[in-house]
Amino acid sequence: MKVNPNMTTSGCSAPHDGNPEHNPERSGPLRERSPNAPEVIRVHDLRMSYGAKEVLRGATFTIHRGEVVALLGPNGAGKSTTIEILEGFRRRSGGQVEVLGVDPNNGNEAWRARLGVVLQSWRDHSRWRTRELLVYLARHYAPFSTSDRQRPFDVDELLDLVGLTEHADARVGVMSGGQRRRLDVAVGLVGKPDLLFLDEPTVGFDPEARQHFHALVSRLAERDDMTILLTTHDLNEAERLADRILVLAGGEIAAEGTATELSQRISSTSEVSYRLHGEPHTHSIADATSFVRELFREHDTDITDLEVRRASLEKVYLSMVRDFEAGHADVPAELSSDRPSCAEVKA
Amino acid sequence: MSGNNAAISAGLFRARVELRQSVTNVGELIGWLWIPVIAVVVMYIVGDSKVPGTDFSLGSQSVPGILGMNAVFTGLMGLALSLVTDREDGTLLRAKATPGGMVSYLVGRILSKAAITVVVFVLILVPSLVLFDGVGKSTASSWLTLIWVLLLGLLAVMPLGAILGSLFSNAQSLGFVTLIIMGLVSVSGIFYPITALPGWLQWVGQAFPVYWLGLGLRSALLPDAVAVAEIDQSWRQLETVLALGAWAVLGFVLAPIVLRRMASRESGSTVAARREQVAQRPA
Repeated sequence: MKVNPNMTTSGCSAPHDGNPEHNPERSGPLRERSPNAPEVIRVHDLRMSYGAKEVLRGATFTIHRGEVVALLGPNGAGKSTTIEILEGFRRRSGGQVEVLGVDPNNGNEAWRARLGVVLQSWRDHSRWRTRELLVYLARHYAPFSTSDRQRPFDVDELLDLVGLTEHADARVGVMSGGQRRRLDVAVGLVGKPDLLFLDEPTVGFDPEARQHFHALVSRLAERDDMTILLTTHDLNEAERLADRILVLAGGEIAAEGTATELSQRISSTSEVSYRLHGEPHTHSIADATSFVRELFREHDTDITDLEVRRASLEKVYLSMVRDFEAGHADVPAELSSDRPSCAEVKA
Repeated sequence: MSGNNAAISAGLFRARVELRQSVTNVGELIGWLWIPVIAVVVMYIVGDSKVPGTDFSLGSQSVPGILGMNAVFTGLMGLALSLVTDREDGTLLRAKATPGGMVSYLVGRILSKAAITVVVFVLILVPSLVLFDGVGKSTASSWLTLIWVLLLGLLAVMPLGAILGSLFSNAQSLGFVTLIIMGLVSVSGIFYPITALPGWLQWVGQAFPVYWLGLGLRSALLPDAVAVAEIDQSWRQLETVLALGAWAVLGFVLAPIVLRRMASRESGSTVAARREQVAQRPA
């Protein structure tokens, strides 16, 4: 577990003790998955352009049955575009995509019935009552029930699961933001999907709702054998929820692995900051000791305010995102390999 | 149960829920009723003069036309407006994300809008039968005529509503359609017999369903003697069937194409972008 005394962002995962998400039962790394589990999503060289603007430039990844995968990236990185392509709502510019064995561009209703979709924000059906809306939507799934997957979800059970039983007869339009979001999740679940897409599911949640939601996701993956792909720009959320994190930056998958793997890869990385002739400099570097030795040999007393810190996963993520946005197409050394990068030493 | 049956039965469920929402919402009912109510009241007050060539009052003569005009407004504009707003708030995208969701959405929307049109129609018709002399014939065949004209009229105008609702991207621009319908009303012989208009305007009026819906309803509700004020001095029921039927066929051919094209463009980001636009418009 990383420890990062410098982290000040709210919602950080530095444990305020007693937080249940930090007990050993946290979902991610402990959930077992057979390495031979069938592929649910296969994406190869996915490309997407809007006019001259290239949003995705060759993303490649695979997601197996039963996995909870977080697609992490800054705003505008193409997370929603990727998910919309997988959902069959948007036609890609290039590359191969298979979702549940079908190209989303050709998905029929039976295929659609196996997907659950929670988009970034919904305002629809504001005049409907909560339960009424779920009953209505549930009706569409009955013909697609199979022996190993009874569809749809029992509506009352579902209301209970997302904590909306009390609001069953409330009008959707008068619900609070958090309640509305829980309804969105319930709608995503009503067909008991094999694959659930959650686009920025916890935006606007208060900490308690967020915690409740995280528990719900774990339960779904385990009990209902659901494959879940969620997008988030919050690293901590990705870390808590997902078995595996895909970092989307610069239009491709810049890094992937479990939160632990990503942490381990960068645990040897340190952040060195100093002033040279009064100008501030910061470098993320694997071998801080030789870097500093080199620095003094070259500049001696011109160096002031030297500080060496272990880089946090978040810092590395942010600097990687910055690099990609600045147009460096290379995967940052911290995440792509175990070799230390010396390129920055000469800076 | 097959997927399609499930979608259609879900659509019936949707129609029921939406109709209940409409008739229990006083604000919405007033929204549908105020124009025809004002029209009927004005014609009651000022409509004492006679239809040319008869001793039938102009006020009574205008009632069926007002009912027809209003059916066009509620059916066509109601459907168009709901398509636009449903796209804006993501209801349509939700339908797209649900297996059979587009079918059930359309079945529900069309049936509930048709039903609310009939409700508003009856709410205007019943007091008018009492207020206006000579409106309403007590023969079974005239009621039958009333029913088929209204149904055929709905079949003719509702697909147009679906098409317009798909083509226009926001409620403001739909206001333009309202203006066009108002313009059509003025050349469709609603308030005064169309024969008073210059010949070329008569042809314009006859090209659109507003005129034929009005004519059909006049044939159902007014004494046959009043037909002398019409073109050819006849109710021209056969022509009514042909004209409304042609519009219905045209609509039913074009509407699915336009609807499909519109729906295929819907995604989370298009809904979000549209919302942004709405948010940026001054309230």
